[in-house]
Amino acid sequence: MNATNDSVVVTGIGATTPLGGDSASTWEGLVAGRSGAALLNEEWAADMPVRIAARAAVEPGEIIPRPQARRLDRSAQFALIAAREAWADAGFSARAGEDASVNPDRLGAVVASGIGGVTTLLDQYDVLREKGVRRVSPHTVPMLMPNGPSANVGLEVNARAGVHTPVSACASGSEAVGYAIEMIRTGRADIVVAGGTEAAIHPLPIAAFGNMMAMSKNNEDPQGASRPFDVDRNGFVLGEGAGVIVLESAEHARRRGARIYAEAVGQGISADSHDIVQPEPSGNGIAHALQNLASRTDLDPAEIMHINAHATSTPQGDLAELKALRKVFGDDVEHMGISATKSMTGHLLGGAGGVETVATLLALHHRTAPPSINIDNLDPEADGDIVRDTARELPGEGRIAALNNSFGFGGHNVVLAFRTM
Amino acid sequence: MAATQEEIVSGLAEIVNEIAGIPTEDVQLEKSFTDDLDVDSLSMVEVVVAAEERFGVKIPDDDVKNLKTVGDATEYILKHQS
Repeated sequence: MNATNDSVVVTGIGATTPLGGDSASTWEGLVAGRSGAALLNEEWAADMPVRIAARAAVEPGEIIPRPQARRLDRSAQFALIAAREAWADAGFSARAGEDASVNPDRLGAVVASGIGGVTTLLDQYDVLREKGVRRVSPHTVPMLMPNGPSANVGLEVNARAGVHTPVSACASGSEAVGYAIEMIRTGRADIVVAGGTEAAIHPLPIAAFGNMMAMSKNNEDPQGASRPFDVDRNGFVLGEGAGVIVLESAEHARRRGARIYAEAVGQGISADSHDIVQPEPSGNGIAHALQNLASRTDLDPAEIMHINAHATSTPQGDLAELKALRKVFGDDVEHMGISATKSMTGHLLGGAGGVETVATLLALHHRTAPPSINIDNLDPEADGDIVRDTARELPGEGRIAALNNSFGFGGHNVVLAFRTM
Repeated sequence: MAATQEEIVSGLAEIVNEIAGIPTEDVQLEKSFTDDLDVDSLSMVEVVVAAEERFGVKIPDDDVKNLKTVGDATEYILKHQS
């Protein structure tokens, strides 16, 4: 055990994703190199230029009873399912206070989404137009507000140290985890439930992302459409779900004898200030975040054996990220097995940082890097040690570290670092 | 055709079951929506809108606060249904 009492550790993991309804089945799908994408068979999808998405493997309505589900946006349902798994996984038997090992006043929640309750907003607008004012649900506001998932998770676990919702598009989930690390490090909380969620598979977001030319239109091959680092990549595939973890001060975790997955070493944050949606193509913005991570933590690049790349399968973004890694880590990049799990889960937008934090932690826990699938022809400009086709074992001995990268529209760059104890 | 008291109670029971998940047999005249039936203030608005549609009544917002029990709502609907 190298971590000091100031350090932050991860003691619980939960997820519901296109690959599985919990973190174990998600991990199984990831190491098997399975795609969660499929053709959308809803009636509204028939006329869409993009007809592919990665739906959650398990419908949240099968888990959450209808009276509760009908007052939660789908994004909050996913968050709640993932948070419950993480909470139980951390060894808690009930909400804070009822489980005497957690003081509610020292417990926080930071669960982010990129777009918030967008399907609630749009569905209720349909109700307004088709059925009139009186029929608009009185639950609309708490369902559509972007802090809804975080607030519902906070209610679930009885978090009273603070409930927060950083919003930074597709970096939101990772920013939430970073915020949680800081809450513990600055002494505001002993435990924080943190992650990201998204549920935006609806004609409007799909039409809008499609018109931006951000999404793949490979409708004839849904499972092959998300292909980060492949020379023929042509946009992301929209996914849905949530990933949530329990972060805890190392001291608190040890005191209650908790099982520790990894140390949350810290975060590196930067902003491109380049374009509202295009990534800074040289990778300088991302490199700045990586440098901030390196200078603010005791992370040793020689220990980084795995990187869960942001890599969404867009032509520009995937390369900018690899350029940044080379720029900051130099020859060390050669031992950092780089995986783009969005090739399997699709892109969960604000949920991505949560789900990929879970994937990164499980990669350290199992000492296995999940693969990047669908790389039929590696982009000749893709520089780095990319874990292609099949999962790869990571060094079985000694301390190893891994990064989770997340970047968002608006030029937000967030890098999280974790390492084995 | 105006609904009978019995029909109104069973209609409200179905509405409360749909919204709050309470078994229909537990929805009885003396039961309080908030204290006994898990219907909070937002869900009460849903109950009212559903009851308006089902029984062809208008229940103004100012009157909703007086409908504490299933009996209060039943009496109101009996009196005001068209």
